[in-house]
Amino acid sequence: MTTFDLGSVQLGSTMPRALAPGKDISDRIFHGSARTVGFFVLVITGAIGVFLCYQAVPTLRHYGLHFFTQTRWEPQLGKIGIAAVLVGTVEVALVAMAVGFPLAIGFALFITEYAPKQIKSWLVSLIDLMAAVPSIIYGLWGFFLLQPRAIEISRWFSQHLGWIPIFHVDTNPNAAVWQQSAYTSSAFIAGLAVSMMTIPLACAVMRAVFDQAPIGEREAAMALGGTRFSVIRTVVLPFAKGGVIGGTMLALGRALGETAAVLVIISPEYLIKARILEAGTQTVSALIAGNFGDASKSQISALLAAGFVLFLITLLVNTVAATVIRRSRSGASTEI
Amino acid sequence: MSRSDANDTVVQVTAGQRPAGAAASTTGPPAPAGAHQSAAPGTYHPKSTVHLDAVGVCAWFGSTQVLEDVSLSVQPETVTALIGPSGCGKSTFLRILNRMHESVPGAKLAGEVLLNGEDIYAPGRRLIDVRRQIGMVFQKPNPFPAMSIADNVVAGLTLTKTKISRSERAGLVEECLTKAGLWAEVKDRLGRPGGQLSGGQQQRLCIARALAVKPKILLMDEPCSALDPTSTRRIESTITELRTEVTIVIVTHNMQQAARVSTQAAFFLAEQGTPGNIVEAGPTEALFENPVDPRTADYVHGRFG
Repeated sequence: MTTFDLGSVQLGSTMPRALAPGKDISDRIFHGSARTVGFFVLVITGAIGVFLCYQAVPTLRHYGLHFFTQTRWEPQLGKIGIAAVLVGTVEVALVAMAVGFPLAIGFALFITEYAPKQIKSWLVSLIDLMAAVPSIIYGLWGFFLLQPRAIEISRWFSQHLGWIPIFHVDTNPNAAVWQQSAYTSSAFIAGLAVSMMTIPLACAVMRAVFDQAPIGEREAAMALGGTRFSVIRTVVLPFAKGGVIGGTMLALGRALGETAAVLVIISPEYLIKARILEAGTQTVSALIAGNFGDASKSQISALLAAGFVLFLITLLVNTVAATVIRRSRSGASTEI
Repeated sequence: MSRSDANDTVVQVTAGQRPAGAAASTTGPPAPAGAHQSAAPGTYHPKSTVHLDAVGVCAWFGSTQVLEDVSLSVQPETVTALIGPSGCGKSTFLRILNRMHESVPGAKLAGEVLLNGEDIYAPGRRLIDVRRQIGMVFQKPNPFPAMSIADNVVAGLTLTKTKISRSERAGLVEECLTKAGLWAEVKDRLGRPGGQLSGGQQQRLCIARALAVKPKILLMDEPCSALDPTSTRRIESTITELRTEVTIVIVTHNMQQAARVSTQAAFFLAEQGTPGNIVEAGPTEALFENPVDPRTADYVHGRFG
C-alpha cells in the first residue's frame, strides 16, 4: 500500500487531487481472498523459520561459532558441528548442477527450437513426469542401477585426472583388482541421482523463457541468413539469460535440500574433503533424516539448528532465483 | 513472356495460366523462365541484372489456401509495390520470396521462385544462400535490442560467421547507415544499444542491417506502417535513393506511398473466401491512372478496401 502525502507535493499553486476510484464488489472479494492466501504463504514460511530458529537457539548458544567450524558430529562426545556437512551438501548440489545444467538447457532448447510439433508435447510431459517420480525412487535407482556403472566413470576420472584434488581417490585406480568400494557411496554418485530431480525444474523454467524470445528478432536473424543455431545464440540465449540463471538457481535450491535419494546412496562421513569421487560424505538433510529417529532432546535441537542453516541458505538461493526470473519475464532484458 | 519482350510491359502476370509442371518441376525452370536457362549456377550476376520471377505460387496455412497461382516478374533496378486490401495474401507472397513463409508452423506452398533462373526452393538449396541474396525489412522494427548500433548493422555477417577486418567493419557500418539515412543521427553513439533508438530510427537501422549483407533484392513488408509521417518520409526517400543499388519489393497499404516510391505495382485481391491472386500488374503510373480491371480502379480510387 502506497500512501501519498499530498502536503509534501507542491506543483506550483496547484495541488494534485486524491484519486480513489470506486471498486466493484467482485473486485473487492477477489482482492481480499488473493491477499489472504498470499499472506498465509508468508505466515507459513515465516512460522517455519521462527520454529527452526527457536529450536536452534539452545544449540547455537551452547556451541557458539564452533557449531560452524567443528567438522565432527558426535553428540555422545559433545562434538557437534556442521562444517563438513555443509561442504558435503554444497558438493552434492554442485555435482547435480554440473550434470543437470547442460542436460536441462539442452532439453529445453531441443523442445523449443528443434523438436517437431508432434513430439513436442510428448517431450514436455515426459520431462514433467521426471519431476513426479518420488525422490526415494531416484535414490534406489541410483543405488542399484546407476552406482555399479557410475563407479567406472569415477575410476576413469581418478585414473586420468587424479592429479586434480577433486578427482583424486585414496586408492590405486590402476590396480588389476581395483577396490570398487572406494568409489561407491560418493558425493558424485549422490549428485548424479539428485541431478535427475533438478533437471525437470530447470528445464521447465528455461523452456518458458525460450518460448518468450520475441518472434520479431528471431525472424530478423533468420532473414539475415542465420541458421537455427545462430538464431539461438544471437536472439534466444541473450533474451533468456535471466531465466536460465534463475532456473538453474531454483534447481540449486532443490538440490541443496534433497534428502531421500542422498540418504540411500551416501555413507556418512564427517570430514571436509574435496575428493567428490571417493566414498563417504554427508549432507545437512541426510544428516537430519538419518539421525532424527533415535535422537535425544538436545540432539534434536542440534539437528534443527543444522536444518535452520539449510533453510536460510535455500531461502536465499530461491529468493535470488525468483528475482532474476521475475526481471527477465517482465521483458526487462529486451527493453534495456 | 521471355525477357526480350519485357521492355514495354515490365511486370508481367500470368494469372490463370499456370505453366504445366510449374509446381512439381525440380529438374529445370519451366517455360516462362526459359530465357534464363543460359544462366549457369554460380555465374556472377551484377546487382543490376538480377531477375526474380515467381511462377504459379500457391500458399496455404494449414488447410486454408491464401494464394492461388500467383506469378510475378520483378525487373532489375525497380521498386515493385504490392498493394491490396488486408488479408489478400500480399505479405505471404512477399515472405515466400525469401523463404520466410515456411518458418510459420503449418505453412505450405507450391510453385517456384526463380532467382536468375534458379529455383530458390530447389531441393538441397540452402536457406542461408537464399536469404543473403534476398534481404527483408519487417513491418515492426526489430533491431537486436541489446546489441550496439554498429553490431546491429553487421549482425548479418556475425550470424553467418563471415569474418571482416576492423577497418572494413567500420567502413561497412558507415556505408550502410549512410545509405539508410541514419548515419548523421547516430555517428556519435555507435556503441549505444540499438533498442534505445526511436521507432523510425530503429527501422532505418534494420534497413542498414539488411543492406550490410549486400543483398541483390530487398523485400519490405509494410516498413512504415508502425511509424509517424516524418519517419515515413525519411524511409520513402531512402527507398528512392536505394533503387539503383538494389531491387526492392515493398508491400504497402498506403496508396500514396505506392505511388510515391514504386515504379511497378501489383494489385492483389482475395474475393469472398477465395485465395488471393494478382488482379493487375504493371508500371505504377499506368496502374493508378489507367487501370484495366474495374476492381483495380475501385481500389486505387479508394472505393473499397
